[in-house]
Amino acid sequence: MTQQMTEDTSFHHGSPQDAAKPIIEMQNIEKHFGNIIALAGVSFDVKPGECHCLLGDNGAGKSTFIKTMSGVHKPTKGAITIDGQPMNFDSPRDAMEAGIATVFQDLAMIPLMSVTRNFFMGREPLKGSKPFRRMDIEMMNQTTVEEMRKMGINLRGPDQAVGTLSGGERQTVAIARAVYFGARVLILDEPTSALGVRQTSNVLATIDRVRKQGVGVVFISHNVRHALAVGDRFTVLNRGKTLGTAQRGQITPEELQDLMAGGQEMAQLEGSLGGTV
Amino acid sequence: MADTAQTVTDERLKQEGFGARLMKRPELGAIAGVILVTTFFLITADSTMFTLSGIMNFMTPAAQLGILAIGAAMLMIGGEFDLSIGSMVAFAGLIFGACVVTLGLPLILAIPLTLAVAAGLGAVNGVIVLKTGLPSFIVTLAFLFILRGASLVGLKLASGGSTQLRGVRDAVEGDWLAPMFSGDAFGPIFAWLAQIGLIDTFKNGTPKVPGIPVEILWFIALALVATYVLLRTPQGNWIFASGGDRNAASNSGVPVRKVKISLFMVTALCGALVAIITVMDAGSTDARRGFMKEFEAIIAAVIGGCLLTGGYGSAIGAFFGAIIFGMVTIGLTYTDFDQDWFQIFLGGMLLIAVLFNNYIRKRVTGER
Repeated sequence: MTQQMTEDTSFHHGSPQDAAKPIIEMQNIEKHFGNIIALAGVSFDVKPGECHCLLGDNGAGKSTFIKTMSGVHKPTKGAITIDGQPMNFDSPRDAMEAGIATVFQDLAMIPLMSVTRNFFMGREPLKGSKPFRRMDIEMMNQTTVEEMRKMGINLRGPDQAVGTLSGGERQTVAIARAVYFGARVLILDEPTSALGVRQTSNVLATIDRVRKQGVGVVFISHNVRHALAVGDRFTVLNRGKTLGTAQRGQITPEELQDLMAGGQEMAQLEGSLGGTV
Repeated sequence: MADTAQTVTDERLKQEGFGARLMKRPELGAIAGVILVTTFFLITADSTMFTLSGIMNFMTPAAQLGILAIGAAMLMIGGEFDLSIGSMVAFAGLIFGACVVTLGLPLILAIPLTLAVAAGLGAVNGVIVLKTGLPSFIVTLAFLFILRGASLVGLKLASGGSTQLRGVRDAVEGDWLAPMFSGDAFGPIFAWLAQIGLIDTFKNGTPKVPGIPVEILWFIALALVATYVLLRTPQGNWIFASGGDRNAASNSGVPVRKVKISLFMVTALCGALVAIITVMDAGSTDARRGFMKEFEAIIAAVIGGCLLTGGYGSAIGAFFGAIIFGMVTIGLTYTDFDQDWFQIFLGGMLLIAVLFNNYIRKRVTGER
């Protein structure tokens, strides 16, 4: 996989997607909390079928930025447009309705509940008429098993508790759920940060699958290797500002790493750490 | 790229047997408990315990507790406690008694009024818990005392100094709604069964069991409705989700506050229903009504498989938990054992149930 990283091979950067219009565009977003300037002018956009990585060290403003994008925070300044139309999110629900789905680190999953019940939590399909209106359990079970199979996970059964799944599988359930419910832009908050090597590669494969369905993926990470493995474009945040956006193949891991660290000490550290970061 | 990597996990899974599947049902412990207790009494108790009248004998207290336990179980699955449910029985009893005796209202007004007061108090519990974020344990503990005290004070006011309010039976006599909440149902069927000799009769030909006490029917109906709601409706899914992880649930669009407040109201309504039934049955209400019932209801829910941490459990489990309770309380009188063994037995059951539930939870979540 490391080989693929810097070369432009199977991924579709440079394809017609480049010409596609962004689904969501954020221009010069600023966010102030009292006298703290968390974001000082961030521009970012996502096109259908691409994976746009948002990189940055801790405290760079990644979380604040994606919360602005998903409707949790309102920007102090700046414009958000969806399909070219100016948008104003009042709540996460507004963003969800516009097709912006966020998979936060806690995944919004309940370990004691079955995969099916988690998959449809808060959006249960109904059948039957009024006094006896009930959940369409059969349809829910079938859909869950099928959607999970599409993502490459064979469930033991739809009633399997989420607690029995591995971290990577849970991440995949959360992604499959968002996609099934019509996400056009999928924001993934550090989806690989707590995972092992194998699980990480599973999640990265899931991202690739989702992207091929035409969903725009925002992949937040502070791990350059993970980002380079699937990313089409890379935007680096540092101290609340964007340091620029690079295309796949136009930037080396070292350059990205330096940008994330603010371009200074990393060069010196690199030697002593032997490229382990 | 990792298609193969993801699909091979199956080879490490053993086929699940029927037993293992059964182990995952939350109500398993309670059903096993019923079997155990039944076996115990079949061996030790007088054989009259399992005649029709014997069964009605222990099912009546089981039903009165069970109605509370089902409410408590749903609330526990939703992640909260209500320690005020026993005091709620006394307070609702007072309201009901005052309505029919002091104000002379007909049942069609008295019953909805009592239920409305109870639901309102349940909502107050819920709103305080959710607004302050305090544990429901402590908020409802306060209401345990407030409502018990209010019942005492109110009874003295309503009855002119006594802690008992009499005359309910005369007041509701002949009310067309009374058969719904008191006495025995299916009387004619039982009389007919007696006539053709299928059930035991007294010497004069009337059946020993005149019908099914209405609380048993309420109990069964509530257990069925609660189970249906929990397993087959979106609201049921929301209850599990709210109890399992509040944040995850509300991030997924579950109206957690509404769910929890409604559950507090349902629990209070269960208390009021028990109050109405028992007050009409006894013909009077007193301040000790429902004493300690909050603990018994929670114990029945825990025996029924509810986790103290919420998010897991079943109404059917609570149903069987309450039956175990009734069998042990009444059953000991059919044996040669000292009745005071009851509490020891109960504590033991609770401990076993908690240990068992903990084990089950670990199995379900795959925790090691």
